[in-house]
Amino acid sequence: MKEFVLIFRSSSNGHAAPTPEQLQERVNWLASIAAQNKLADKGKALSAKLAKTVKPDGIITDGPYTEIKEFINGFVFVRTETIEEAIVFAQSNPILKAGGNVEVRAILTPGEKDQ
Amino acid sequence: MKEVLMIHDDQLRQLFRREQAKMTSVLFRHFSLQHMEVAEDMVSETFLKATESWRITGIPENPEAWLYVVAKNKAKDYLKRVLLFESRVKEQLDSSDFQPAAEPEFDQQTIADSQLAMIFTVCDPVNPQEAQICLALQILCGFSISEIAAAFLTKTETIKKRLLRARNKLRGEGFQINQLPAPALTLRLDTVLRTLYLLFNEGYFSGSGKQLIRKELCSEAMRLTLLLVENPQTSTDQCNALLALMCFQSSRFEARINNIGENVLFEQQDTDLWNKELIEQGNYYLVNACSGNDVSKYHLEAGIAYWHTVPDAGNKWKNVLQLYNQLLLLEYAPITALNRTFTFSRVYGKEQAIIEAEKLGLHELVSYHTLLGYLYSDIEISQAIKHYQKAIKLTSSSIEKSLLAKELEKLNTKTNEK
Repeated sequence: MKEFVLIFRSSSNGHAAPTPEQLQERVNWLASIAAQNKLADKGKALSAKLAKTVKPDGIITDGPYTEIKEFINGFVFVRTETIEEAIVFAQSNPILKAGGNVEVRAILTPGEKDQ
Repeated sequence: MKEVLMIHDDQLRQLFRREQAKMTSVLFRHFSLQHMEVAEDMVSETFLKATESWRITGIPENPEAWLYVVAKNKAKDYLKRVLLFESRVKEQLDSSDFQPAAEPEFDQQTIADSQLAMIFTVCDPVNPQEAQICLALQILCGFSISEIAAAFLTKTETIKKRLLRARNKLRGEGFQINQLPAPALTLRLDTVLRTLYLLFNEGYFSGSGKQLIRKELCSEAMRLTLLLVENPQTSTDQCNALLALMCFQSSRFEARINNIGENVLFEQQDTDLWNKELIEQGNYYLVNACSGNDVSKYHLEAGIAYWHTVPDAGNKWKNVLQLYNQLLLLEYAPITALNRTFTFSRVYGKEQAIIEAEKLGLHELVSYHTLLGYLYSDIEISQAIKHYQKAIKLTSSSIEKSLLAKELEKLNTKTNEK
């Protein structure tokens, strides 16, 4: 088994005023992975409101998205045999319907060379 | 005539069991764990005496008091002997290791305190979980080795060995049961609750074993949890949630099993047989469990059990699904995954649930195939039949086998009608 992180990106803030239906859909998605015993960590939701980007020379900008249109909404860790399996999870996430995307990245174990 | 006698014997057996457990706790605490055998000898001598004299005189009006007087005298005699020994033989030695201050008391408070202390002793993490449960059954619930073996469907020899090992470990730990410091108490409370939870489940869910013993396991687990709830030091939210869960579950104990011992599916249960009083108690403890922000698996399971006691006003299954979702996020267990999927079918329909179910990959579990059999039964009968057949092949319980065969029969008739 290998661990992957699913990183959720979108250009709208899904945490601002989610409807009960949206929340239900998200939890259902997460629990469906948990039901397969493939959820490694339920991860975190990230704020787009209380957010700053820190740059060299004392420059601090508001929000994470001054230069890129999309920002990270949150992340979840899954445990699967292959990246393809993790991709299947990503494909069923409701964020895709809302125009967002999911980045799937393998977690490197300590000392593992990324090559 | 014979039956009356049997009920009577059962009552006596229960009285003995209960009182033996109380007495053991008090004496263990009084004489310390190093001298377990001394305390146990006193207890068995007391009950031997009761059996002998009650056979002649009949059961006294207040059997508990009778037993306590005898036990107290036994303890007194024992202390006298020890003191004599100490003064004659060990006069010159510093013998401070064994000096119980006085003879034991058997008042309500001492019994409750002793049993509480004993719960924490028995749930010492030096012993594996199953050994803790065996110890609890023996010391706290007064079950005999053969009764424990019957409850676990294990050989008495295995249980005997398990208990011996566990008791030696307890003794080796030298755990002071009369003064449990507060931090140790909090740390161990988790283990204690888990053991009581498993004890209850053993009685409630085990597909086999005698109905009477199973019921006693449940009521013992509840009695011990109640002891924790009644003590301000141990009455945490989790503890209250666990008791609420037990109340809700056992409210359906009678309705779950029909008069020939078969399990009755939830949907087909006669709700008149549900114990309203236990449901109310469950509600009471569930409210108490929500004093803070702690949401444990006991809270979630109690929540699910609560929803099962109320009629569906439209949102029931949605709520249950949410609770199952939360439970899965907290802790994976195959049974939770299966129950969640069943609930999912209630909210989103069987077709959607089949997709979810087939992802679970629990091919070795009977209930996985029972669930799929149920989900397919209105959609694709041939698949449903396949799954029920697989379930029948996998189960080792004859009761379950006959239940599943009935379902299969129904499906076969349906196919033939077409």
